[in-house]
Amino acid sequence: MLKSLFHSQIALGFAQAALASLLALAVILLARRRNIHLESDTAVALLRGIVQIVAVGSILMLLLKGPRWTSVFLLTGMIIAAGSISARRAKNIPGAQKVSTYSIAAGAGLVTAIMTWAGVIDTAITTLIPVGSMIIANAMNTNGLALNRFRSEVLSHAGEIETALALGAAPPETVARYAESSIHASLIPAIDNLRSLGIVWIPGLMTGMLLSGASPVYAAIYQFVVIAMILASSGLTSLLSTMMIRNHAFSPAEQLVLKGDA
Amino acid sequence: MSAPPDAVILRAEHLSRIADNVAIVNDVSLDVRRAELMGIVGPSGSGKSSFLRLLNRLDEPTSGTVFLAGHDYRQLPPRELRRRVGMVTQRPFLFPGNVASNLRFGPLQRGETLPDSEVSVLLERVGLPGFAPRDVVNLSGGEQQRVSLARALANRPEVLLLDEPTSALDEAAKSGIEELICKLARETSLTCVLVTHDRDQARRMCQRVAIMEKGRLIQTGSPAEVLHA
Repeated sequence: MLKSLFHSQIALGFAQAALASLLALAVILLARRRNIHLESDTAVALLRGIVQIVAVGSILMLLLKGPRWTSVFLLTGMIIAAGSISARRAKNIPGAQKVSTYSIAAGAGLVTAIMTWAGVIDTAITTLIPVGSMIIANAMNTNGLALNRFRSEVLSHAGEIETALALGAAPPETVARYAESSIHASLIPAIDNLRSLGIVWIPGLMTGMLLSGASPVYAAIYQFVVIAMILASSGLTSLLSTMMIRNHAFSPAEQLVLKGDA
Repeated sequence: MSAPPDAVILRAEHLSRIADNVAIVNDVSLDVRRAELMGIVGPSGSGKSSFLRLLNRLDEPTSGTVFLAGHDYRQLPPRELRRRVGMVTQRPFLFPGNVASNLRFGPLQRGETLPDSEVSVLLERVGLPGFAPRDVVNLSGGEQQRVSLARALANRPEVLLLDEPTSALDEAAKSGIEELICKLARETSLTCVLVTHDRDQARRMCQRVAIMEKGRLIQTGSPAEVLHA
């Protein structure tokens, strides 16, 4: 129906975005009737989302005409932004932003670099940026989940942790089991994505490849490659961030500083 | 009569802790003598538990310091300090597993494995002979607190801090733990600092008592001198 109303592709895109946003807002209003207030968060997120993606689209349009190495700057910018966004899930943990940025840079950066070096990811900006951004975005989500879980585990087990400290335990030892459960919890979405691949979920990248005329079998295998890369980078990010963040929950005098409401 | 300097094992000097612009412990100085059972008494919110947490450096003083056997505790590695100044809290917070593994936790942090014979001695001392293989989830509140005491003793502390150790227990378990702490202090010459809001308990158990109010230490002396009916 929308296609018949809009002749310009960009105008059609905005109309489709408005319709999708309306659906999201309708769900939020439904939640509000049950006293679950997500209005302001969702409205801001939707607005931010459309502004950011249009900006990226515009930048990509310019970059596509530029040299290949410019994609490195764009991916670095994405990693910094991802670190800042997912660090918010670790409220009250000092140094969370640094930990998040380093972990995402190491996890997503290493996997992207190896796979680009091996020729699995093409160095063309049109391939490297979308695939790299998928890897970074998933590493960001995993990092956010890991930090959020770690924070709530520590807050709800402060008594046990301080008891262990009072018995002479080293700080990382006192939170080891909570770090472990945070890693497990953070990787559930990535593992489930891999499990459900092709059965309940045909990702956008594969759809795009099919639309652009690639062999369906190759498109399917490449999709598996991308999801496996996401699992590898998410796993590495989660491992590194929980390993680093557990030291930030304590002061130099080995006191638990992460306190407050769970 | 004041104690000779060598009798003081723990000395708090002008200890203060300010949190959210509130002085929860305000310029508290106190000497704890070797082998005494010292009580810190005060109503809820008087800062007595916060003061106790400063003594093993679970919290950092905003100003002031503590001397353990004459040494400024800021010069000691925190883990060594906490081994030497043990702590038992209101809730025992036992670790998942059996009683023996809980008792072995402290020594294990220093790479030592507590032999079965020592586990048995500790359990007998706290009135729980034969409890070593029991899973901690099957213990009563009083039994859990006894295990918590034995776990702290497994580190062979020089001072034991006791933060309201009976306030979560019923009357029978409470008097059992009171008797046990007095017996341990008497038989092992262990220095104990007991925080309690219960003035009768302090009168029953302590040789000296310090009264705290609004973060300040307002009086120190024998129970008869400072705990009026």
